[in-house]
Amino acid sequence: MTSQIFRELETICPDIVWETEDRSVCARIPASHLRAAAIYLHEREWRLGTLVAREYDRSLEVRYCFYATLHDGWLQLLVAVDPAERTLPSIVSAVIAADWFEREIEDLFSIRFTQHPRLGDFVLHDDRWAENLGLMRPHLKPDEVKEQRREWTPKRVLEEEGSFVMPVGPIYSGDAESALFLLETVGEDVVRAVPRLFFKYRAIEKLAEGKTPADVLLLAERCNGTSAIGNGLAYCEAVERALGVNVPRRAIALRTFFAELERIRHHTTSIREICASTALTVAASQALWLEERLLRVSGELAGHRYFFGVLELGGLRRDFDTALLRSTTEQVASLLGRVEELGTALASSNSFLDRIEQIGIVSAEQAHTFELVGPFARASGVAADLRVLQPYAGYSDVVFDVPIEREGDGYARLRVLFAEMKESLRIMRALELPDGTVHASPVSGAGRALGWTEAPRGASVQWVEVDRAGAIVRYRLTPPSFRNWHGFHLATEDFAFQDFPIILATLDLSVAENDR
Amino acid sequence: MNNWFLRGVAAGVKTEFAPAGDVSESLSAGLPATTLQVSDDAAAALARLCPTRAIVAAGPVAEVDPDRCVLCMRCRGDASPVQWRHDVQVAHGEGSRARLGGRFARSLHVRIVDAGDCGSCLNELAQLAGPSYNLHRFGIFITPTPRQADVLLVVGPVTRQMREPLIAAYEAMPEPKRVVAVGACAASGGIFGPSLMCGAGAAEAVPVDLVVPGCPPSPYAVLAALREVCGQKQGRAT
Repeated sequence: MTSQIFRELETICPDIVWETEDRSVCARIPASHLRAAAIYLHEREWRLGTLVAREYDRSLEVRYCFYATLHDGWLQLLVAVDPAERTLPSIVSAVIAADWFEREIEDLFSIRFTQHPRLGDFVLHDDRWAENLGLMRPHLKPDEVKEQRREWTPKRVLEEEGSFVMPVGPIYSGDAESALFLLETVGEDVVRAVPRLFFKYRAIEKLAEGKTPADVLLLAERCNGTSAIGNGLAYCEAVERALGVNVPRRAIALRTFFAELERIRHHTTSIREICASTALTVAASQALWLEERLLRVSGELAGHRYFFGVLELGGLRRDFDTALLRSTTEQVASLLGRVEELGTALASSNSFLDRIEQIGIVSAEQAHTFELVGPFARASGVAADLRVLQPYAGYSDVVFDVPIEREGDGYARLRVLFAEMKESLRIMRALELPDGTVHASPVSGAGRALGWTEAPRGASVQWVEVDRAGAIVRYRLTPPSFRNWHGFHLATEDFAFQDFPIILATLDLSVAENDR
Repeated sequence: MNNWFLRGVAAGVKTEFAPAGDVSESLSAGLPATTLQVSDDAAAALARLCPTRAIVAAGPVAEVDPDRCVLCMRCRGDASPVQWRHDVQVAHGEGSRARLGGRFARSLHVRIVDAGDCGSCLNELAQLAGPSYNLHRFGIFITPTPRQADVLLVVGPVTRQMREPLIAAYEAMPEPKRVVAVGACAASGGIFGPSLMCGAGAAEAVPVDLVVPGCPPSPYAVLAALREVCGQKQGRAT
């Protein structure tokens, strides 16, 4: 299957040069063939994993990483960019999911994507920074990062008399993450909502440069503290693949165990936020209490409530007693019983259902074209789950279902969360925990590779390049929320203002993860 | 049909006594205890191990700055000489400057500002209002507007793009006001700062009165800090 696709790609791009790079297939193609190749892959249900721009001293390249959804396999299209001209054709007209990737690269690498509908104000806000700052270029000196104040006004679509833009944020609500929402409205009903993100931009990818792979793991874990294993594991897998590290079987099984435990806790948090957004305080309090119990079970087991410091390159920082892991699983199972009781009660609360049904609807077609990921996509009928599509860690050894809902509304997203937790428990129970070490023998050397996981919020795709000195030269972090914020506006068209916090809660988006 | 009121009553009281001293790992991942007397080599080795310079070697002394600790866990374990403490009384500040007392003793309103937090500190703060921690019983409330806030609670290293909104929130607060920096990032910049896009914590932007170290700190540690601002007496009993 894959080889046939590669052959057909050769007819589309006659100048293609195949390279094998750390066990993944790379195709070096000229920029003029990029759009045709992207359309070809897109039509055969290959999805965009990430775009990685990489500037060397005298060269500049962008790699487009796709993964197959009908069979196993990744493919990277490598396109060289003239460092003086810095232009590439945009592939957005064919692959909508590339939209935000291209905007990000334009902002950070000053590469202009011709025919992109909307470049400009994105990661680096236009009212604060000069254009073409080139933040990610090599040998950037801190004093070159100068602020330059300018006027910035949001683009408006509504022209009706009396219409206005209501800004919400960047600081709003009780303990919400910082983000700005521009709600275009004619009064009670909001016509569209545009998020302005990256207030929390910490430049993690820039920070990683020159650090040791072990230190960058700390950044990967803390890109989103509520998903430390989800993002941390994708990073570990990338480095291990790049350096050819063999992870011991026990470590692989334990990583899978922790990833699923994290998913259960994370989904409880999301359920709590949905209950709280509808002002159903008793349910929210009960979910908060269950979440706290799960955090305590996690802390008791791992020494950290959010699993910081559990992972290590090549395995785990320390081993865990098998009997303890099994008893933890049963503790989690009894808590999940309580979570399910809560779910049953919610399902028969009309006042609650009235508020989450038929809101923030995203159709299957939209979820598919925008290549949304995680529970967000699965509630709209798109069976996107990297655990199944491109198995990693211990997922090829366990049997589980990927719950799908069709309606694509707030309630469908809530049901997906409840159903996924049960599957996570099933995985934790079914995992074989073989005896042996959890540490790989230290391996050094250079390399570059992709790593991916299905984090609680969806696909996390990461790419690393390690040089001969053992330092990270490029770290690319594509967390799931970056993908799903791109689809935020789909769920926020023509809604009543009071539904805004509810829609936002059901979408389950992390700002920290997106902003990086 | 559901009677949520009855469900709530049937669940019983889940609120715990607020501990004043050590707690278990289920509540707090702990922090490395300060200053260690070891050998020259051991101190240097510990300093090399630490990714955020939370441990600095001075001859045979390994000086530990808990504000910088991001819980990478490298200096933890049986083989390590570093002692870990799981105390909830970790907040520190300059003298009694943080205390408001008086009419604030049972009525303190807190505005949380996320200045680049990873999400774990915010999640722990969300727990504070939950049944287990129940900060309301101490007369402490989270308010959505800085105009009604007595305490600005900052999480995150203060990113360049959040610096101004943070200062605006502080300036919008009426006097008297206090600032509590929660977590390693707000305390020192943590793993992210100081760097190109992050500061070295909240103190660079607003005058910090109390620092609660930890990555993230236990909700009980934050609760103890807020009760400190109230001027409430915190017992030793758990």
